[in-house]
Amino acid sequence: MEYFTELFFSGLTRGSIYALIALGYTMVYGIIGLINFAHGEIYMIGAFTSFVVATVLSIYGFPLLSIVLLAGLAAAVWSASYGYTVEKIAYRPLRHAPRLSALISAIGMSIFLQNYVLLAQSSEFQPFPELIPDFDFMEPFAHVVGSSDLVILLTTALVMVGLTMLIKFSRIGKAMRATSQDRTMAMLVGIDVNKVISVTFIIGSALAAIGGMLIASHIGQINFFIGFIAGIKAFTAAVLGGIGSIPGAVLGGFVLGLTESFATGYVSSDYEDVFAFTLLVLILIFKPAGLLGREAAEKV
Amino acid sequence: MLSIEQLKKSLFVSLWFAFLTFPLLVIKVDPIERTVQWRWENMALVAAGSFLVSLLVRVFQVQQERRRERRATGEFVDRVPIMQIILSEPRYLYTLSGAVLLCSLVFPFLFSTYQTNIMITALMYVMLGLGLNIVVGLAGLLDLGYVAFYAVGAYSYALLNYHFDVGFWMALPIGALLAALFGVLLGFPVLRLRGDYLAIVTLGFGEIIRLILENWNEFSEGPSGISNISRPGFFGIELSLEHAILYLYYLMIAMVVFTIFVVNRLQDSRIGRAWVALREDEIACQAMGIDKRKTKLTAFALGATWAGIVGVIFAAKTTFINPASFTFLESAIILCIVVLGGMGSIFGVIVGALILILLPEYLRALSDYRMLAFGAVLVTMMIFRPQGVVANIRRSYQFKSKAEGEG
Amino acid sequence: MKKSVVKSILAVALGFGLAAPSLAADTIKLGVAGAHSGDLASYGLPSVNAAKLVVEQVNANGGIDGKMVELLVEDDVCKPEVATNTATKLVSDGVHVVLGHICSGATKAALPIYNNAGVVVMSPSATNPDLTQSGDYPNFYRTIASDDAQARTEVDFALNVLGLKKIAVIHDKGDYGKGLAEFAKMFLDKSGKAEVTLFEGVTPGAVDYSAVVQKIKRSGAEAVIFGGYHPEASKIITQMRKKRMDTIFISDDGVKDDTFIKVAGKYAEGVYATGPKDTSSNPLSKKAVEDHKAKFGSDPGAFYENAYAAALALLNAVDKADSTDMEAVRNALQNNDVDTPVGSIRFDQIGDAVGVGFAMYQVKDGQYVEVK
Repeated sequence: MEYFTELFFSGLTRGSIYALIALGYTMVYGIIGLINFAHGEIYMIGAFTSFVVATVLSIYGFPLLSIVLLAGLAAAVWSASYGYTVEKIAYRPLRHAPRLSALISAIGMSIFLQNYVLLAQSSEFQPFPELIPDFDFMEPFAHVVGSSDLVILLTTALVMVGLTMLIKFSRIGKAMRATSQDRTMAMLVGIDVNKVISVTFIIGSALAAIGGMLIASHIGQINFFIGFIAGIKAFTAAVLGGIGSIPGAVLGGFVLGLTESFATGYVSSDYEDVFAFTLLVLILIFKPAGLLGREAAEKV
Repeated sequence: MLSIEQLKKSLFVSLWFAFLTFPLLVIKVDPIERTVQWRWENMALVAAGSFLVSLLVRVFQVQQERRRERRATGEFVDRVPIMQIILSEPRYLYTLSGAVLLCSLVFPFLFSTYQTNIMITALMYVMLGLGLNIVVGLAGLLDLGYVAFYAVGAYSYALLNYHFDVGFWMALPIGALLAALFGVLLGFPVLRLRGDYLAIVTLGFGEIIRLILENWNEFSEGPSGISNISRPGFFGIELSLEHAILYLYYLMIAMVVFTIFVVNRLQDSRIGRAWVALREDEIACQAMGIDKRKTKLTAFALGATWAGIVGVIFAAKTTFINPASFTFLESAIILCIVVLGGMGSIFGVIVGALILILLPEYLRALSDYRMLAFGAVLVTMMIFRPQGVVANIRRSYQFKSKAEGEG
Repeated sequence: MKKSVVKSILAVALGFGLAAPSLAADTIKLGVAGAHSGDLASYGLPSVNAAKLVVEQVNANGGIDGKMVELLVEDDVCKPEVATNTATKLVSDGVHVVLGHICSGATKAALPIYNNAGVVVMSPSATNPDLTQSGDYPNFYRTIASDDAQARTEVDFALNVLGLKKIAVIHDKGDYGKGLAEFAKMFLDKSGKAEVTLFEGVTPGAVDYSAVVQKIKRSGAEAVIFGGYHPEASKIITQMRKKRMDTIFISDDGVKDDTFIKVAGKYAEGVYATGPKDTSSNPLSKKAVEDHKAKFGSDPGAFYENAYAAALALLNAVDKADSTDMEAVRNALQNNDVDTPVGSIRFDQIGDAVGVGFAMYQVKDGQYVEVK
């Protein structure tokens, strides 16, 4: 039973990270129907920014709590700026172009950003400072759930609630929902669609940055390539849950994380990804729009 | 030409990029020695560079604007692009094709073995692009796991050669057939899916194939791969490396010509028309009595066949294969070839493959900046020519006063 | 459109015209091939730096028999198909000897091309046993010992020195890590002294390894033998220690890297790793590291000393052979000792370096110390 609990929590931690990144995918997809392949890179840039800021601050002797907050803030701000800029440069001019062109532009952006960080920083893995200390009250459970797992879970939960509130009740949230339902109609009722899309990118990128910082501090290292695999997994999670649906992305993330964790634990980690993708195929065969996706009837 | 207002905007852009690149380009930390290096010179470079680029873009936009104005006043008549004239007029097309073919035939004698070698690679991607073009360009099914079929072809030759000493020419049809079989295998479960759901499932399929090759040692030798695969036989004569490359080159030329012929015929065939119809409107297509299931499956199977053939050639060319050659990035590159060249256009795919495969090779001069430039080129090309280098303009009714549609 | 095609053809032709005279110029061309971009760049770039330093030094001393040494650096991204292009490019450029490639797979694909052109290749890092033992690659040498020798050292240490009975073997699914892990498992099974409780691969780059770590714990292993590189190793060791497991961790040359200690920090303490015999007292090794710090302002990366040694050995062989002919260079490599950062070495018939063996190290106070 303890083994099960351990696997369960490790799956949840993994799932939370997938979910945080998947939200960015799903929000962007919901609004402009684009698979934003550069999103994984935004996550990586978030992790790198927090790495740089946290290291600088710790060299100048700031206390831990302020380091955590400032590094998180910097990661969110810069990732959001990158997300905003990427959208403006690489996707906005292609808004009316064939959909696949935007996809290729996204792949190009992803290659560009990876190599940009490789050249600007380093090809080596960098040690990420341990931002989350071991809490004393967690000591009895440390062999099952670590302190950083706890922080990751709590942060994810908080972010989810915050995001749901934002989308449900705020003005911009309503505008976002309207835009995702029908862009032309939203424009007609006076919504500044370009602004809504920018805000979507900003929010999605900031979430990815927070995910990037948390996971980097959890595993203690980063390099320029971490965004690629995380991005693909998160994208899988988003589709699994029903792309375009925010609760779907969260659910998809957790399902994927737990599947991988249990597959590793009870079968073999050799095939953890095979399990993840097979699950995806199976779910899509029986529910072609994902777990929580709307099965849109085709208008003729 | 440029107003103060625009200069101001460019200045703002340059400030924005200076801010954006600040943490990563300016600060460099060494977490062990605990030292911080401030590279302010980078910030100056970025600011100056982005200012210039932004000015250039503005000049370009102004020109575009002028052209649009002139077009509106009727001063400026839209010319039919020269490519379009050549492609639509058989007389020009045949002359051009003949010239290209002639050039490619004498190519190895003009250039070094290295050039010939990368040209073989480029030709392989031409074939892959044409194959994927059937699936993506014609049938409109977004396939992100195309590399799986390529892997199937490569491994079927490698394994047959390793275990049973099967020759290249025997393996070629077997590889193609196996790949087609996998194409159908993938096709069945995804029949109901559309658009991006299809994309992710195909991506997953590609990864599954690669992971199995990587983990199932008893079957595929795992990550260490299979070495010493025979090069293609030439009537039983042992060829030196230069000659083998030459032979492979002409083989590829023949294969590409054959592929172009087949794809061209397919396009105009009953099934080709059905694919295009399927791409344009699935429901209308079904209403017309086209068997959606069969049409989709043939698209997958035929697309996969080409990948299988190229896979066999790939294994014969490198003489060594391991699963690392069949990653998602490879699928992405092939997809880029199709889209960048111009979806659905054979000529476009050829141009796309030549650009995308030769570009990184000639960018070698940039060394470290090679892939950075590659990514930037992809984005730039898409922004300035979203329909691809050679757009496939089909016969269609033109409405003169066309309102801008919502995509 | 047409104009630009003509232009580009002209440009290419011009490039050739320019390249041609340099072929005739009297220089020794040392090719450096390996991953210089992509996810494995950190294993390839140090060898470029090493080659630069060695060449600089040789040229400052008047070159080889009066000929200057010229560097040709080419990227292969560690992919076999790119490596064949890289190799033909180097051969077309008239390369005489090659330092590279970095990954065993890419090396295997490239070697026949070099062999055909009569070019000797020396890798600082390709450890696949087949490269030397199969006899298929007569032009191949390396300054690092092969995987089976390394696995043997690890297993002997685990069984005879530590006296372990239950061992989990973990790898990173890569050609290096998995190959090594398979040898380790084979040696363990054959010895009959210990039980392999778990044999699994982890996915490199996965966001978290806690599930595998839990599995190791459940298998009751006293120790983990890990085959792979330091990024995965540091993730596994960090998560094991965070889960309060004190399982012994034994790993390989890919982990015996200072980056591992930097990244894993306090969790690296006590980790065992095999590596080339201790050379830190070797003045050449000290000099190599100091030169790197002086020129590039950073610590050298993985396989730096092996690459440095390979560059020295290659150029020395060319010097001794007074020729770049393959047979002459092979003879020179096999019959002359050369002082390098990894010790005084010569090469055997099949291409492995004699005098390069493995020793076991342990991390003590943030440094690898040889276990006597």
